[in-house]
Amino acid sequence: MKRWIGGLIVAAVVAACAAPGGGLPYQMSGGEIRQPLASGVPDAERGRKILVSREANCILCHAVPETGERFFGNLAPPLSGVGKRSTAAQMRARLVDPLAFNAESIMPAYYRVEGLHRVAEPLRGKPVLSAEQIEDVIAYLLTLQ
Amino acid sequence: MAADARRPDPLKSGIEFSGAEVRALQQDDFSSPAMLWVTRGEKLWSEPAGKSEKSCASCHQDARASMKGVSAKYPKVDPGTAKLTNIEGRINQCRTQHQQAAPLRYDSDELLGLTAYVGLQSRGMPVNVAIDTQNRSNFERGRDMFYTRMGQMNLACTHCHDRNFGRKLLNDTISQGHGNPYPVYRLEWQTMGSLHRRLRACFFGVRAELPPAGSPDLLDLELFLAWRSQGLTVETPGVRK
Ligand code: HEC
Ligand code: HEC
Repeated sequence: MKRWIGGLIVAAVVAACAAPGGGLPYQMSGGEIRQPLASGVPDAERGRKILVSREANCILCHAVPETGERFFGNLAPPLSGVGKRSTAAQMRARLVDPLAFNAESIMPAYYRVEGLHRVAEPLRGKPVLSAEQIEDVIAYLLTLQ
Repeated sequence: MAADARRPDPLKSGIEFSGAEVRALQQDDFSSPAMLWVTRGEKLWSEPAGKSEKSCASCHQDARASMKGVSAKYPKVDPGTAKLTNIEGRINQCRTQHQQAAPLRYDSDELLGLTAYVGLQSRGMPVNVAIDTQNRSNFERGRDMFYTRMGQMNLACTHCHDRNFGRKLLNDTISQGHGNPYPVYRLEWQTMGSLHRRLRACFFGVRAELPPAGSPDLLDLELFLAWRSQGLTVETPGVRK
């Protein structure tokens, strides 16, 4: 929790220059976000836990048999082998704002707070995942070779 | 943004996406747990209530005749209040105006029972709402809600119920999102629930603010859903997973 609040404060400070829309700070170009969102050392095992958690719930839509879970949705392509298909910079962009790739995408933006409607009051202004959590998830996705 | 409202093609009732166990329960009145609420509603129908000491039957006599086809035409704009009203709202209006009794709580066993009992009298009849000058603005609001992304998950109803029916969201098979079997006995709830309760679950799923049961937002959606399910028949009382 502390780590998360810290992230938000940093975000607020940097946002002023990096994200004119009033959102969280990141630089997307050419379908990539090259700069990691957080400075700590990402952890793939933490990333696996986040991926299957109620919070992120990637497996609602994606099959990821490597997680050891039993049930997966099939609204989206399985993530097996995604570490071979895409780079960390591409994954980061996809997690931050899938609509940047496909305006019709059903994948939620995990690191975006602006332009959303009717968000439940306690979640307003908060991204689904923190910058650190996004980096952990990417570290896990990279293990899916 | 949301001008071109459309019906799913082919139109399919939610029961077609349900497992064999759920289907068997819905199709057999002797084993359907939903029938317990119908029985309760049938009993309430002829019980006097409120200061008037009148029952529903005092005014409407035999529901099997007087309520035939009624819920297939709801939600409907009430001529008195000029507000969109569903069966639950209509029942509570009779309670307060004609019976001079307190309104029944949304999703109480009593209101579910009466709604299911009235709904049963339309079972097998086509859903039949007409969009006209009286309800057009409700229809348009409901339609816009259906196609507008919302909540922290940033999804609209259409993303699941038009583009992904038949697919799995974790271990739930997504249906086309029709209201024709409601109220339903839901195994997960271990009780009967209204359409508005189900809609609130979808709002919760996308992490959106929850409109209260019976609120204008949910009534407008209910009208749009009824229009969208035209071509299906009323299946009240339904059973769901
Ligand atoms: C509600 C559905 C949904 C959820 C939840 C979801 N995704 Fe996706 N995701 C999609 C869809 C659909 C696509 C396909 C591309 C598109 O339409 O945007 C996709 C594409 C992707 C891709 C690119 C896949 C490839 O093969 O290149 C990655 C990586 C990804 N998602 C990761 C995640 C992660 C990690 C999470 C959770 C933190 C997640 N997704 C949650 C629907 C979802
Ligand atoms: C992320 C996916 C998702 C979104 C978005 C969503 N729903 Fe649902 N909905 C479901 C699932 C899963 C169920 C349970 C399985 C089923 O019956 O479809 C369901 C059930 C329903 C049902 C009951 C259908 C039945 O036969 O019992 C209705 C009606 C419905 N949704 C309407 C809506 C409306 C209106 C919205 C938008 C306000 C909406 N849904 C948004 C996933 C979703």
